[in-house]
Amino acid sequence: MSEPGKYQPYSYFQLMEVSLRELLVEKGVLTEAQIADAVEDMRQRSPERGAQVVARAWVDPGYKRRLLADGTKACEEIGLDVPALRLVVVENTPQTHNMIVCTLCSCYPRMLLGIPPDWYKSRNYRSRAVSEPRAVLEEFGLSIDKNRTIRVHDSTADMRYLVLPMRPAGTEDWSEERLTSIVTRDCMIGVAVPKLS
Amino acid sequence: MKVKSGSDPDFPRFKAGDRVRVRKAYPLGHIRTPYYIRGHRGVIERFCGVFGNPEELAQMRSGEPRQPLYRVRFLQKDVWPAYRGNPEDVVEVEIFQHWLE
Repeated sequence: MSEPGKYQPYSYFQLMEVSLRELLVEKGVLTEAQIADAVEDMRQRSPERGAQVVARAWVDPGYKRRLLADGTKACEEIGLDVPALRLVVVENTPQTHNMIVCTLCSCYPRMLLGIPPDWYKSRNYRSRAVSEPRAVLEEFGLSIDKNRTIRVHDSTADMRYLVLPMRPAGTEDWSEERLTSIVTRDCMIGVAVPKLS
Repeated sequence: MKVKSGSDPDFPRFKAGDRVRVRKAYPLGHIRTPYYIRGHRGVIERFCGVFGNPEELAQMRSGEPRQPLYRVRFLQKDVWPAYRGNPEDVVEVEIFQHWLE
């Protein structure tokens, strides 16, 4: 237990992380350089990777079919390195809106979207996304027409999920690269939809 | 070569469209079947593959026998009696075969 007024350099989990890391290095399991590289790798992954996948699917119907059939293979097809990712891509349509949650912890397609936002890991989002998705989406400023169905995907085990949003009207003559600029992280979790700014 | 049969735990017993019920059980340990879905009836959306059993893996064991994994689709109005929204709204959950009946 911490003593009031006493300087505490590390929290419990920080201390555990440092201890584990130092032990791994000391015992020769990993080197400092390997750990630094892995951290850098994780930091490099950003939602732009997911946006590349979405934009390609928007401009190439054949790619879209392959993406929906096997998400992992389709990522590899466009040169994305996605080790250990088993990806299921779910498509928004005029009839259906999809959203992603992990009620048990915070499973998230990190290989495509990077580090998850804090709200994704919050008890509030995790418990309410499955039981009252429409109210949760309203809080994100997204109102889903009652005539559309909502599919909530609880990633409880080995699969990871990415929402393929609908391509907005007015982008027909846009290049693939320009399209990626409107595909935000939240669009691919399903709590937002792409907008023309 | 190993012949797959109905008694082989690796063998997927269900296919897309099959109606299933999630076991209503509360064992201790690292369970990837959320509480809220136990005891509910749904439909197999797809078979995802065969994976190490997380209940075993969490105990630092081998994960054998491996378990077929499915995505199961449930109607929200069946899961949450007070659910308001489109009556066809669904929640889809990954569930291992040994939790399905």
